[in-house]
Amino acid sequence: MSQLALPPAASTATPAVAARPIARIRLPGIAPLMLLASAAVMMGLIGLPLVVVFQEALAKGLPPFLAALKEPDAIAAVKLTLLVAAIAVPLNAVFGVSAAWAISKFEFRGKSVLLTLIDLPFSISPVVSGLVWVLLFGAQGLFGTFLVDHDIKIVFAVPGLVLATILVTFPFVARELIPLMQAQGADEEAAALTLGAGGFTTFRRVTLPNIQWALLYGVLLCNARAMGEFGAVSVVSGHIRGLTNTLPLHVEVLYNDYDSVGAFAAASLLAGLGIITLVLKTVLEWRHAGELALGHRS
Amino acid sequence: MTDRAAAATVVRPVTDAWPRRTRLVEHSILPGLGLSLGVTLVYLGVIVIIPLTMLALRPWELGLDGVVRTLTSPRVAAALRVSFGVSLAAALTNAPLGLLIAWTLTRYDFPGRRLMDAFVDLPFALPTAVAGIALTTIYAPAGPLGALAAKIGLKTAYSPLGIFIALTFIGLPFVVRSIQPVLQDLDRDVEEAAQTLGANDLQRIALVVIPALAPALLSGVSLAFARAVGEYGSVIFIAGNMPLKTEIAPLLIVIKLEQYDYAGAAAIGLAMLAISFGALAGMNAVQIFLARRGRA
Amino acid sequence: MTESPILDRRRLLAASGAGLAAAALPAAPLAQALKPATLLNVSYDPTRELYKEINAAYIDYWKGKTGQVLTINQSHGGSGAQSRAVIDGLQADVVTLALAADIDEIANRAKLLPANWQSRLPNNSTPYTSTIVFLVRKGNPWKIRDWGDLIKPGVGVITPNPKTSGGARWAYLAAYAYGLKSGGGDAGAQAYMTKLYKNVPVLDTGARGATTTFAQRKIGDVLLSWENEAYLTIDEFGPNFEIVYPSQSILAEPPVALVDKNVDRHKTRVQAEGYLNFLYSPRAQEIVAKHHFRPRNPEIAAKYAVAFKQLPLVTIDQAFGGWKKAQATHFADGGVFDRIYKP
Repeated sequence: MSQLALPPAASTATPAVAARPIARIRLPGIAPLMLLASAAVMMGLIGLPLVVVFQEALAKGLPPFLAALKEPDAIAAVKLTLLVAAIAVPLNAVFGVSAAWAISKFEFRGKSVLLTLIDLPFSISPVVSGLVWVLLFGAQGLFGTFLVDHDIKIVFAVPGLVLATILVTFPFVARELIPLMQAQGADEEAAALTLGAGGFTTFRRVTLPNIQWALLYGVLLCNARAMGEFGAVSVVSGHIRGLTNTLPLHVEVLYNDYDSVGAFAAASLLAGLGIITLVLKTVLEWRHAGELALGHRS
Repeated sequence: MTDRAAAATVVRPVTDAWPRRTRLVEHSILPGLGLSLGVTLVYLGVIVIIPLTMLALRPWELGLDGVVRTLTSPRVAAALRVSFGVSLAAALTNAPLGLLIAWTLTRYDFPGRRLMDAFVDLPFALPTAVAGIALTTIYAPAGPLGALAAKIGLKTAYSPLGIFIALTFIGLPFVVRSIQPVLQDLDRDVEEAAQTLGANDLQRIALVVIPALAPALLSGVSLAFARAVGEYGSVIFIAGNMPLKTEIAPLLIVIKLEQYDYAGAAAIGLAMLAISFGALAGMNAVQIFLARRGRA
Repeated sequence: MTESPILDRRRLLAASGAGLAAAALPAAPLAQALKPATLLNVSYDPTRELYKEINAAYIDYWKGKTGQVLTINQSHGGSGAQSRAVIDGLQADVVTLALAADIDEIANRAKLLPANWQSRLPNNSTPYTSTIVFLVRKGNPWKIRDWGDLIKPGVGVITPNPKTSGGARWAYLAAYAYGLKSGGGDAGAQAYMTKLYKNVPVLDTGARGATTTFAQRKIGDVLLSWENEAYLTIDEFGPNFEIVYPSQSILAEPPVALVDKNVDRHKTRVQAEGYLNFLYSPRAQEIVAKHHFRPRNPEIAAKYAVAFKQLPLVTIDQAFGGWKKAQATHFADGGVFDRIYKP
């Protein structure tokens, strides 16, 4: 099911199968044509933006690029981005494991409703994912007066950024684990319990090793989206330089300040993060194709 | 989303997740139901349900009349049309593009195939704001492709075409990744039979491959569509944001907020959610129909 | 206010030399004054560069005067959007927005400051003024000399959305004042405005976005711009643009205000009041002039007189009966702007 929720997950299955001999198309004219056309689409639509990011970042040479990254506001944005991801991702991971455990190991009524609700954030516009927190916690929102009276800052501060990020990345880990754990069933855990192991020991010694790579995979995707999120955090940020601007927002600010090198330098950090994510993801898919594929095609 | 869950069962008809029993909880010897379900429900409630309830309630302070008036005002109606129309066009364009790339990746072996495979996910891994400024630089009148398009009289950035390009970029991996596994597993016997019967490549693709792929293709297209409708970061830089022409619905939500119109902003958000659901459910019905016919 | 808004350097030196904080902050105990403090200035788009420099100067000044180390954070955006953020809880100690109506909204909706905020500082709480000018492409191919030229068929006029942008509201009113002057009363002015907004192809949310559209994206033939933003664009993009001063324009008064409830919560009232007063000081006024805003201080204004072209400027009070009235008549939902804007 997760291939429907997250596109990248589906590719997990491919390397394992790709090992099979590949049928060759006999007509000689078509294959090169298809290859050329694919290469053109990939380079024109997907490769070019990536090239442009680095090209524009280095347009005036290395020193201005490095200077842009050493700006206090840029450093603050990097720190804030890391902080937000460091809170949002583990929370979503804990939720993902809990949800997957409950859904895969037990039968209860309303399970399909639960699955639907877990998927829901995928169909919400990021802007709406930010808006809902303003409606709840903005000074004019439902809890506004209470929060103001007690001097609790949520929107336009780190908690708001974290909440918006969590909502956007909510299903990633859960959707990765649920199908896998459903496919694995509960037999191994049942055996361990019968042999006298405790609940948490069983989870740690039996379940966790079975799901660790899929968990890592989900965390990876969740993290990539969390660090790169723009629409949702832009609504709740308040855009205070050096304080509530995450790296993607910092990119926007510099872009609007006509600081092209600065904007693309910050963007190149995020693009680098994207490339690292792709590399790690590919490595995971090669190394642990079987286990990941189980979750995706069971 | 039930429709999405249903879509999944079409591609992969395993229904182990759907309880048929009437008892509230089936007995299990495994521990931790209370803890795990408790954590799940509390977290789900705080992060998803309460905020979305707020979204669903807030517009009605305008009254039904007010909500209808907001949504049918020319600017909002135009923004919804742009968002849904261009998203649909981009998702449909992703169908042949995605098919092309998935086909190349699964059927041919060539140097750099794995690299290409990995990079299909770039639009997903690249933060949307980064994609936005990069695409704008490329397609602005002074950019490399924008200048080229301008020569033949095409305006790319700051026109609906610019939005279309950004949304095509965003949606491509959804289509490729939806059809790739199916294409991988597509029964070669069927294809080979077609081949011995004298069908050429194009006929095989048209008569054998496409019908078998249709449900997965449709599901990929629906996902690309759903993602495109809500997309914000990559679009706002390239769109030009002209009211009634290139202003997308998510941006209008932000603008409504800036005008203190919280209820109006929530009304647009709710409408987008409702239309997305409707569109996905419709596509899903078609998909189920296709799958049934395929099996029969 | 703890001190006179206009500080001269000698008094300042004497104060700091005499006994640091004790002299300047009679109410605050020394230890508390010396603990580092943070201020947040929520401002509008075109002041990014201005406040960067003013903040550095004030931090330096405040440290010299009291020994206290300040950090001043900045947030910029469309004036209306920024006002909304403060209403929604953005913890501004001071707001420095494009027009009084946006600060009125904060006073009305969130009651964070008293309704009479504008009378608390000199010059209507506006330490500098500005005006709206035209920025055209090099050589002025459309021969745009005055407001009347903007409604020629085919001219692309770039101006942001008056509902969210302060600069756009000033530009709208400047145009409207021209329309009134040309005869035909309100009906004539509205006919002119309708034609004008027909020529607007992009309605950005803020002045900065509009400048980007015009200068970087090369859309449109004339940008209705803040005077300072026009000069900044020429500084940034070189000689691709020319500034055109129309026959008349509007006296734009971007006001500043203390956000009382926030400073009391943050215990930063003295620092924030000091900051606003500092804006009127010769040192800050020099910075103001350097960034192409028109200084209030007569001496500094005289010194930079050549840099600012004199042209007839209508005021909002004369032509529109003040901001409250102008806001309600023109920019409220269903107001004149909603009626004339039909792209």
